[in-house]
Amino acid sequence: MPSMSMIQALNSALDVMLARDPDVLMFGEDVGYFGGVFRVTEGLQKKHGLKRCFDTPISEGGIIATAIGMGAYGLRPVAEIQFADYILPAFDQLVSEAARLRYRSNGEFWAPITVRAPYGGGIFGGQTHSQSPEALFAHVTGLCTVIPSNPYDAKGLLIASIESNDPVIFLEPKRIYNGPFDGHHERQMKTWADHAKADVPEGHYTVPLGKAATVREGRDVTVLAYGTMVHVAESAIEESGIDAELIDLRSIVPLDIDAIVSSVTRTGRCVIVHEASRFAGFGGELSALVQERCFFHLKSPVQRVAGWDTPYPHAFEWDYFPGPGRVVSALKRVMED
Amino acid sequence: MTDGLTLYIPEPPTRPGDTPDFSHLEIPAAGAMPRPPTDAPAETLRDMAYGLVRVLDDAGQAVGPWAPGLSPEQLRQGLSAMMLTRLFEDRMFRSHRQGKTSFFMKSTGEEAIGAAQSMVLDRRDMCFPTYRVLSWLMARDYPLIDLVNQIFSNARDPLKGRQLPILYSARDYGFYSLSGNLGSRFGHAVGWAMASAYKNDDSLALAYIGEGSTAEGDFHEALTFASVYHAPVILCITNNQWAISSYAGIAGADETTFAAKAAGYGLPGLRVDGNDFLAVWAATQWAVARARANLGATLIEFFTYRAAGHSTSDDPGRYRPADEAAGWPLGDPVARLKQHLIAIGEWDEARHTQFESELVERVRAAAKEGEAVGTLGKSKPPVSEMFEGVFEKPDWRVREQREELGV
Repeated sequence: MPSMSMIQALNSALDVMLARDPDVLMFGEDVGYFGGVFRVTEGLQKKHGLKRCFDTPISEGGIIATAIGMGAYGLRPVAEIQFADYILPAFDQLVSEAARLRYRSNGEFWAPITVRAPYGGGIFGGQTHSQSPEALFAHVTGLCTVIPSNPYDAKGLLIASIESNDPVIFLEPKRIYNGPFDGHHERQMKTWADHAKADVPEGHYTVPLGKAATVREGRDVTVLAYGTMVHVAESAIEESGIDAELIDLRSIVPLDIDAIVSSVTRTGRCVIVHEASRFAGFGGELSALVQERCFFHLKSPVQRVAGWDTPYPHAFEWDYFPGPGRVVSALKRVMED
Repeated sequence: MTDGLTLYIPEPPTRPGDTPDFSHLEIPAAGAMPRPPTDAPAETLRDMAYGLVRVLDDAGQAVGPWAPGLSPEQLRQGLSAMMLTRLFEDRMFRSHRQGKTSFFMKSTGEEAIGAAQSMVLDRRDMCFPTYRVLSWLMARDYPLIDLVNQIFSNARDPLKGRQLPILYSARDYGFYSLSGNLGSRFGHAVGWAMASAYKNDDSLALAYIGEGSTAEGDFHEALTFASVYHAPVILCITNNQWAISSYAGIAGADETTFAAKAAGYGLPGLRVDGNDFLAVWAATQWAVARARANLGATLIEFFTYRAAGHSTSDDPGRYRPADEAAGWPLGDPVARLKQHLIAIGEWDEARHTQFESELVERVRAAAKEGEAVGTLGKSKPPVSEMFEGVFEKPDWRVREQREELGV
C-alpha cells in the first residue's frame, strides 16, 4: 500500500468519493483551482471538473446554508471551512438548521453534509488559527463530530462521514497533517513516511463513526485522547514507564462508550487529554461518563490534561499546549492511590 | 467649532393615538410600470426596484402590461385559497384564546402572496417559507385537519409534537421545513437551486424573508451566492411594514427600497404590490421564466401590510395606531380580488356570501375533528416520538435516555 500523509489521505478520500458518487461535490474558500490553503483539495477540480470542486465567497454562513440546501435536495456536499476558528459565523446554520432539520420535519428533510475544517494548535497560529472547538459541536444534539489522528483513519472516517446521512463536523488536526507530532516541539519534525498508519489503500474503504481504536494496550491506567493528542499521549506513556492503555476516540459524537467503560473498568484509572481549554471541555463529559459508569472500579480521581482556560496565546504556544510533560505528570498523579 | 455630531434614530410617522398617515408613500397608478423582457440584463432594470408593479386599479380592472390574463377559474381558485387562509387563521386564533394551543400567528393582509406564488410555481419546485405564507399550502389543498393537528400538537400531529405550532413541513406540497429562526433558510433555497442546476434538473427554489430579517447576514449571504452562481431561485421579501413592534425604517426602509438591494448584487429587483393577486402572479411568472431560462435569480419586494399582530403574544395597539390597517393605501387583497371577479362578471355578492359560509363550515369541521383527537395537553403523540429522528439511527444516548424515561 502507498504511504500517504494525512493531507494525501484526505485528498484520496475526496478523490474516491468524487469518482464514485456524482452527488458528491465540494466547495469552500480557495479549495478549487488553488486546492486549498493546506492542499487537501489539490488537483480535484482539474481531475473532476469545475462544478465538482469550486471556490466560494468568504462567507462561512453562506457556505453552510448552501450546503444544507443542497443536502436537502439530495446531494452530499462537502464544505471546507478554512480554519475551525472561522466556523462561528456558520454556527447558527449548524446548530439551528443542519442539526435539527430531520427532527423538526419528522424526516421530510435532512442535511447529509460534511463540514471539513483544519483545527487545533501547535503551528504558532495564534488565537485565530489554533483553536479546538469540538465541545461546542458535541453539545449540539444532531451533529456528529469526528477527529482523526492518522492518515489511514482520516481517509476511512472522511469517506464514512460523506456517506453518512447525518451532518458531520470533520475536524482535521493540522499539526499532524504532514507527520505525527508527539509534543516534543524542540525535536526535528517527523513525516508520516515510516508510520504504520500511513499505509493507506488507494481505493474505497471506511472507518466507521463511533468506533474507538486501542492504540496501545495496558493494565494500569486508561488514557482517552483524540487527534494530535493521541501521539502526545503515546509518547508520554513511553516516557512515564507506566503500563497505560491508550484509546483514540476517533469520533466524539457518536462516542464509543463501550470501549471507554470496558477499558476503565479493567484498569481502574483514567487520564483524559485534549488540546481545548479544560473548563466545560469535552474532557468534562468524558470524566462524568467514567464517574457514572466506572465509579466502583476507580482507584483514584480521573485526571484531565487540557489547554489552559485562556484564549490561545501566540508567544506562549508551548506553555499552553498540553505537552508530554504535563501528560506524564497526570499519569503519575493518577497512579498515586 | 461645531456642535458635534448627532446620532439619528429613525421613528415611524405615527404612534398610538395618532391618525394613521401614509402620505409619505409614493403609490404609482396600476398599470404604470413597464414590463421588461424576462431576459433583460439586470443593469437595465434598476427602475423596477423603485416603482411598484400594480395590475388591479381602483375599479377592480386588470390594467397595463403586467396583467397576467388569468382565467376566471384561476382567479376563483386564488380567492378561495386566500379566503380559506383568513377564515382558518381567525378560527385558530380563537382556539389559542380558548387555550387549545400555545401559540399562533396570522397572515391577515398578506394572503395574496403565498396563494398566487403557489399557483405559479410548479409541483417540482420548492418553497422555503416564512411563518406567514399559509396561503401557499391552502392554494395546494393541503388537508386542513393536518394543520389543525399540528397546531394542537395532538396525537395526529404530522410533526409528532416536536415543533412549535404553525412551523409546518410539507415536502409533498413543495413546502420546506419552517424554523422560528428568522432568515436562516434563505440560503437553503439558494443551495437547493444550485443543486438543481448541478443535476441539470429543472426544479426552482423560492424563498421568503421578512423586511426586518433582511438585516440578518443570511439575507446578504444568500444574495451573494445566488448572484455568484446564477442560482435559479426567486428570493422574496415580504415587506409588511412591521417586525413585531419595529417599523420598516428600523430595517432601512426610509433610506431605500428593499428591492433596490438587488442592484448591489447585480440581480434584478422588482417592487410589487403584495396586496394585488394579479401583480404578485405576474411578477412571479416573470421571475420564474427568467430562472427556468437559466438566467438566474430575481429579488422581489412585496409591498404589503401586516394587518394583524405579530403573533398571539403581541398587541399592536401598543406601538401603532389602532386603525392603521384600515388606512393602508393598497387595500385588502381579498377584497381587491373579489372586486375584480365581480367587475369582470365572474362573481357576485350572493355567491361570495354563500362560498364564505361553505369555507367557514369546512374550517369548523376540521377544527372539530382536531379537537376530537385532542388539543394541547389533552392529547399528544407517543412520548417515544421525542427520541425519534435526532439521528438517522439512534445512538446509545438516545436509547439509554428513552429507557430511563420508560418509553
